[in-house]
Amino acid sequence: MKAVYEKPKSLTDVVTHYCPGCTHGVAHRLVAEVIDDLKLEDRAVGIASVGCSVFAYDYFEVDFQQAAHGRAPAVATGIKRVHPDSVVFTYQGDGDLASIGAAEIVHAAMRGENITVVFINNAIYGMTGGQMAPTTLVGQKASTSPAGRDPDHSGSPIRVCEMLSTLPGVAYLARVSCHDARGIMSAKRSIGKAFQTQLDGEGFALVEILSNCPTNWGMSPVESLEWVKEHMVRYYPLGEFCTPGEGE
Amino acid sequence: MSDLQLFKGNEAVGEAAVRAGCRHFFGYPITPQNELPEYMSWRLPEVGGVFLQAESEVAAINMVYGAGGAGAKAMTSSSSPGISLKQEGISFLAGAEIPGVIVNMVRGGPGLGGIQPAQSDYFQATRGGGHGDYRTVVLGPASLQELVDMTYEAFQIADRYRNPVMVVGDGVMGQMMEPVVFPDMAEVTDPPDWATTGKRGRDNFNLINSLYLDPEELWEHNRKLNDKYRQMTEKEVRWETRATDDADFAFVAYGTTARIVQKAVEQMREDGHAVGLVRPQTLWPFPQEPFDELSDRVDGFRTVEMSLGQMVEDVRLAVQGRVPVQFYGTTGGVMPDYRDIISAMEEMMRKVGGRR
Amino acid sequence: MSKRWVFDEDRCKGCGLCVQACPEEIILFSDRLNRSGYRMPEITAQDDCISCGFCARVCPDVAIEIYRPDGGRKTENSRDGGR
Repeated sequence: MKAVYEKPKSLTDVVTHYCPGCTHGVAHRLVAEVIDDLKLEDRAVGIASVGCSVFAYDYFEVDFQQAAHGRAPAVATGIKRVHPDSVVFTYQGDGDLASIGAAEIVHAAMRGENITVVFINNAIYGMTGGQMAPTTLVGQKASTSPAGRDPDHSGSPIRVCEMLSTLPGVAYLARVSCHDARGIMSAKRSIGKAFQTQLDGEGFALVEILSNCPTNWGMSPVESLEWVKEHMVRYYPLGEFCTPGEGE
Repeated sequence: MSDLQLFKGNEAVGEAAVRAGCRHFFGYPITPQNELPEYMSWRLPEVGGVFLQAESEVAAINMVYGAGGAGAKAMTSSSSPGISLKQEGISFLAGAEIPGVIVNMVRGGPGLGGIQPAQSDYFQATRGGGHGDYRTVVLGPASLQELVDMTYEAFQIADRYRNPVMVVGDGVMGQMMEPVVFPDMAEVTDPPDWATTGKRGRDNFNLINSLYLDPEELWEHNRKLNDKYRQMTEKEVRWETRATDDADFAFVAYGTTARIVQKAVEQMREDGHAVGLVRPQTLWPFPQEPFDELSDRVDGFRTVEMSLGQMVEDVRLAVQGRVPVQFYGTTGGVMPDYRDIISAMEEMMRKVGGRR
Repeated sequence: MSKRWVFDEDRCKGCGLCVQACPEEIILFSDRLNRSGYRMPEITAQDDCISCGFCARVCPDVAIEIYRPDGGRKTENSRDGGR
């Protein structure tokens, strides 16, 4: 028998703390697969952010730093500037990256910081119990927008990839979705490109992964992935926004 | 040792840091410390280091967190409002046990305050400053030579305890020029074995972290940190006394203010008054010993600060009510005049004197 | 013949995404609970598994590994095999 699908070596055996059906687990596995494929386990340094993915450091067999809320790109900058031959990646949620860490991500991108950012967009604050995020869709209910997000009151959600795509320092930008097996395969390819971009010294790379939050959305895992497909993909179109070389 | 060189304070800090092996500096412009990042912006590339202007003080301290965690001797500097912004990162450095050096060229506050020298960040510097039970060693130099030596040592202390160390100056320290001798260039060492360098053949992976969700584990972690703070209190405390052997009264002052008080002491000695000066060189740990020694001999202490009374609280804690402690101070930008300092002491001597 | 579908029941959280993902519709919820109390899926016909790996790809908990007999049926994902 040949293995078609095995647990990646760069994942620890620890069972994650994520809720049943949460695609954080899928995104972790894809990052670990890319680390395996590109043989980065001896050079990779991850940065865990604040939010549901705060314990990412327990799940990867690579060096990790845990960062203050939103500051992962600054921490990554510090590490990468000390060890340019290491492969530095952040793993951040949408509250962390698009709200409190908006300055850090924009300026890491502006500098063309040669790091890889894995950005999980599930349109909500998961860890703190389902509050409205900068990425919460208009009309979407959250614990701090009980009647649904009102754009006149709270503005409209940030499209991070589109916003960053105007910056010349950005080498690779893609938005993918984890709502089905095909999307997951595409996500893997994009994460691979985002790490390869760093290995090639091309500059800043970010993959936005549309994800679910069955618990705080109040849905079953299957329903939540359907919701990603029906609602999130519509507002957050999938695709590559920058590829190495074109932004020069 | 190198020769005597005339240097501006902020630039002297930069050169001392380079001599100590610092190769990574992350900063953000704010007056009155700008000459330091400016110096580092050309000096660090000369020695194979990296200067990076961050998007904010918050980002700069978090870059120090990353670089320090990756095993580098990293540094940032700012002035009061910017240091307030760095407190998040300083707390994380302490919690995750990452060495780092932070320079605060203190200016007047609160809020934007002013850009002139002040000592009103004493509470913030000596009480941790950010959230949680932690301390940083706080060095308070009173001359440019001491600024150089303390900056150099700050990196060693930071590495020794894996803890942030703060050097506190003010606009005067940063802007004035004095002759200094720099220490020889230290060798840049390999990253320590706990650093996040990537595994590079290691079996285990390294983790830099300050999160302990299990309360017992957090308590254990804090006990470990507290042991370090206790060691710092025993081993790192420094002070200087001037003319205290036969003193009836003693001033207490640090940094720039101590220079002016020194002038007042000299003048009062000429006028026949037996006064001296206790000058804490570490603001944390605060020196207890000179106050134990002098509280049996002097009739009182007069603390002088460029604040409305911050270090005086530590002086009172150290004196423990054994003799009176009085305060004289000015706020940001108003340098205390030595004649006013003398008047303040004379007033205290009149009211308290002859007690023994 | 050894198994194509290998399931680590202690990692499973019973989310059911594998049930939904299986194109052959041979993964179903069983009546059994694992040690964490999650209701686990089971494969109803190992021999009908085409080793496409969809269930493993969507599983957030890395509870499924997929194998294919040497020289067995190729699927569209087989290029990812044998890592």
